[in-house]
Amino acid sequence: MQTSYEQIVHKIDSDELWDFPGGIYPPERKEISNLQPIATLPIPEKLYVTVKQHKGVEGNLIVEVGQQVLKGQALSKSANPFAVPIHAPTSGKISAIRKHVSPHPSGIPELSIEIETDGQDTWTELSPTLDYQNQPKIDLLTKICDAGISGMGGAGFPSHIKLSTSKKVEFLIINGVECEPYITSDDRLMREHAWQIRQGIDVLTHMVQPQQVFIAIEKNKPEAIEALQIACRENPLYQVVEIPTKYPSGGEKQLIQILTNREVPAQGLPIDVGVISHNVGTCFAVADAIFSGKPLIQRVTTVTGEAVSKPANYWTLIGTPIKHILNECGYQASSQKQARAIIGGPMMGFTVTDELVPIIKTSNCVLVPADSEMAELNEQACIRCGACADVCPAGLLPQQLFWHAKAKELDKAQEYNLFDCIECGACAYVCPSEIPLVHYYRVAKADIRNELDEKQQADKARERFEKRAARLKAEQAARDEKHRLAAEARKQAMESKGNNAKDKIAAALARAKAKKQGLAAADSNLDTKSEINSQKTPPIESNDEPTQKHEIVDAATEKPSASSNQRVQAAIARAKAKKAAVATKSNQTPEITTEQEKSSSGSLNIENQDENIVESKPIVHEATKVSDVPRTVVQQDTKKPEQESVSPSHEENSDNQISQNIAEQKQAKVAAAVAKAKAKREAQKKAKASEIQITKPLAKEKSLANEKTLAQVEQLAEDPNNQQESSSKQNIEHSAIEDPLVTKKRRIAVAVAKAKAKRQAEKTVENSAPKENKEDKS
Amino acid sequence: MNFKLASSPHQHANRDLGQVMKLVILCLVPGILMQTWFFGWGTIIQVILAVITATVTEAAILELRKRDFERALKDYSAIVTAILLAISIPPFAPWWVIVIGTFFAIAIVKQLYGGLGFNIFNPAMAAYVMLLVSFPVQMTQWLPPVNLAQYTHDFWDALSVIFTSYSVEGFSIAQLKTDIDGVTMATPLDTVKTSLIQGFTYSEGLEHKIFDSVVTGVGVASSWVSLAYLAGGLFLIKQKVINWHIPVSMLAGLFVCALFMSLVDSDVYPSSIFHLLNGSIIIGAFFIATDPVSASTTNKGRLIFGAAIGVWVYIIRTWGGYPDAIAFAVVIMNMAVPLIDYYTRPRTYGHQAPNALKSKGKQP
Ligand code: SF4
Ligand code: SF4
Repeated sequence: MQTSYEQIVHKIDSDELWDFPGGIYPPERKEISNLQPIATLPIPEKLYVTVKQHKGVEGNLIVEVGQQVLKGQALSKSANPFAVPIHAPTSGKISAIRKHVSPHPSGIPELSIEIETDGQDTWTELSPTLDYQNQPKIDLLTKICDAGISGMGGAGFPSHIKLSTSKKVEFLIINGVECEPYITSDDRLMREHAWQIRQGIDVLTHMVQPQQVFIAIEKNKPEAIEALQIACRENPLYQVVEIPTKYPSGGEKQLIQILTNREVPAQGLPIDVGVISHNVGTCFAVADAIFSGKPLIQRVTTVTGEAVSKPANYWTLIGTPIKHILNECGYQASSQKQARAIIGGPMMGFTVTDELVPIIKTSNCVLVPADSEMAELNEQACIRCGACADVCPAGLLPQQLFWHAKAKELDKAQEYNLFDCIECGACAYVCPSEIPLVHYYRVAKADIRNELDEKQQADKARERFEKRAARLKAEQAARDEKHRLAAEARKQAMESKGNNAKDKIAAALARAKAKKQGLAAADSNLDTKSEINSQKTPPIESNDEPTQKHEIVDAATEKPSASSNQRVQAAIARAKAKKAAVATKSNQTPEITTEQEKSSSGSLNIENQDENIVESKPIVHEATKVSDVPRTVVQQDTKKPEQESVSPSHEENSDNQISQNIAEQKQAKVAAAVAKAKAKREAQKKAKASEIQITKPLAKEKSLANEKTLAQVEQLAEDPNNQQESSSKQNIEHSAIEDPLVTKKRRIAVAVAKAKAKRQAEKTVENSAPKENKEDKS
Repeated sequence: MNFKLASSPHQHANRDLGQVMKLVILCLVPGILMQTWFFGWGTIIQVILAVITATVTEAAILELRKRDFERALKDYSAIVTAILLAISIPPFAPWWVIVIGTFFAIAIVKQLYGGLGFNIFNPAMAAYVMLLVSFPVQMTQWLPPVNLAQYTHDFWDALSVIFTSYSVEGFSIAQLKTDIDGVTMATPLDTVKTSLIQGFTYSEGLEHKIFDSVVTGVGVASSWVSLAYLAGGLFLIKQKVINWHIPVSMLAGLFVCALFMSLVDSDVYPSSIFHLLNGSIIIGAFFIATDPVSASTTNKGRLIFGAAIGVWVYIIRTWGGYPDAIAFAVVIMNMAVPLIDYYTRPRTYGHQAPNALKSKGKQP
């Protein structure tokens, strides 16, 4: 059962606490560094600001090499809530952005911004928030995030994430325990800046509205306790609690257990038991961020160990290489036979191999022990003494974990809750066989993570494959369905059309003609035509294809016509319009002038482009199709139907004529489309970029091309009259995969040619194109 | 400059295995001295013999196993085993008894199982059991305390008896066993057991000279020896070399059994105090059962382990064929350790169930 709020408050009020199992009492050795006030280090010549200093994702860099930056200027930015920005710790010039050794146990180089400092230390403009009480929480959160604040005690969890909880917060725990030996940065900070820490606590309290605030400080820091007691005495909500000195009472989970007797569930968060905890350093930084607008660009770092002559706490700029620190603090290399530098404390800190490792937001200590201070270990066999289990604060069986980790029995290690190990090092500290237990756990954890990663990747690949298979299947189904519907529609149309013999003859004629002219119609026509048009119709980039499409569709649908023929026509027109829209898009040729839009023939034209992508063969099909359905809704050019249809040999000429006509009559959409196409070709050929903008990404183009291919295939399949279609199918498909630009060009050319052929056929067949339609539309 | 890599924690408790074992040896010293004081030089000679044998055996076997024996010897664990065996056997047992026993402990019980940390049984106690079963006569030849003995014996006598079975003056071990009244002496436990078998009551049995006081039933010499070992054991607990759990629960187990039975029939069943201060129960509780390698490793497990040994000791003492029972009880419970450990795993922070509950039968 979870201990209730009342029980907890009562217990704490009566100066009692709970305890956590295990724990050790290593020599504290804090007096080495906690006697002097926090000093400030001179600005180093070069700073190495690691881009990702917290748990989460890194932001996007917003600076460049060579850029001058001011102190406090943001260097990265991201919309991702788990990204915390970094800031320039002082003014200077960015000399490089590259990988640099990171303050991480692995020492893996990470992206860092190198700043050549100018010594001016000029601040950027700051925007303090004075009336934080009147600010909405979200603004404060943003402010804290923008100030680059992430947990300064341990793992560097972004503070604003913790604060943004919407759950009820019973206890806000301010962690000033600092249980690890040697480290005194929080101690000094509390002694000297208790007031500002309290301000930070005020802000946090305002944000999460806890029922009670505990400020936990270990008993061995009486000055800090007193300072905070004074700073916090006005607020009855705040309670400074003395924590017995025992390592690792400052561990978040252990501290929660000490104060509340509650345990953060495995894989859970403190908030799951109504607790939020923040380090005192974080409170200080929050106060800085809110009241002065200063981002987190420096921190207190303890420099200690017997190998430095001036051990103390220092304000260090983020990015300061430890070399600079060691130089300033009188590092005596002679006292170390084997040089060793530890970032963090003696229990959980990690050694670094490179002197240029920078300080980051979580670096609370640089420990350089003399040889005599921390002896080399001599690993022996485990004697199963159980001393490790006795001290484990997490209630683990370190010895069993060790057996399994060493034997690489990773699943068994996990059964023994390997991942609940907080790597506090208590077990290894007491182990009489001097086994580096934590090291074994780290390796095992890394192995397990790697295994998981690999598995995940394999899973992902499989998933992707399955998804693809499913998608292909769905597409196939959709296609089949479409075919079926289209076939039905056609059947209907045929039926309704019935015995229009004339039409059929005309269709046959048209087909024959088209067939004959087939290939010739394609490129040659286009060239002539497009040249003509290009001079006369400057292309206009238009973004309103959807509108256009709607118009067309509407036009087609809205027409109530008495005859069933008309209805069929309408349907066809609609289908075409739709296709046209697609075609328009994919061809990037929406440059239809407003005037031209009035006439819907443009859409027809475009549609035709679409249909005849690859070569002229489809033209035959088009013609056939059109003649099958003689009364095309949109029929504008009725001027010379006979000529065109009867004398197919004049195709070229008539084409020219048409295009000339169109060019002359600017309202004709065909012209527009042609012009468009031409313009594009020109652009491609002559690289007249000023006239044209091909802006759409290739990907989109490709996908549209695919779509189109589908449409084509479908259409081709629809038409049983034309045997050639089946062979052209392949071509079409090929074309879709080809380089989009080439495809496009060719497509346009073909389309134009086709359009012409088609129109001619149509004209021939339908002399009596319903004028009203056109008028309606326009 | 380039820094050296090391894994955290960088700080380490100032006590490695060697130091732990040295502390154990140190804490045994008062008891050994007291034992020598009351029972003659035999104990010391046995200890020396055992230590030499253990060291040689360990070194030889490690050499055979191609291990770094210098390092292993520095952990002193073999020496602790040797001493524990040496103080458990009769001080005047022939030299080959301790040599065989120590060799068995080190070579078979410890190294054959894989060396320190891998042995299931407490080497000293397993060897003791082996000796008791193999050489029952030699293993039960206890001499009376020096102040009760008819013939005094000095260091040379002891040496002579151990190596030749006769003292410098030519007394045999049987002669040395007689007390000042010419009666053959036995240990307090033996005495009571014998008298009980002969039909005497417990209190009648205590009238024997070997007992200091009829009221407490504490053997003259053995009580002092026990107290000396107790002092050493308490120091070990204070030094956190051992946990209190095993000694306390073991003594409690024995105490409760004895108390219960003596309440049932105080004529037949000796008192709790009698049981606690006679025989080697104190050594057993503080130095033998606490052997880290073969004992349970969790605190809860240690309590069970200790208490069970206490109960076994009582059962064997009272109804078994052997007068003292530490060795048997410890060896029996050594076998149960994996089981105890398995069922007494601690609950991990943030978990409802103990460690590895999901995996039945996966014992360490
Ligand atoms: S490092 Fe892990 S196993 Fe060792 S004591 Fe700490 S939590 Fe327990
Ligand atoms: S403390 Fe060391 S020797 Fe003892 S059981 Fe744990 S791992 Fe083994």
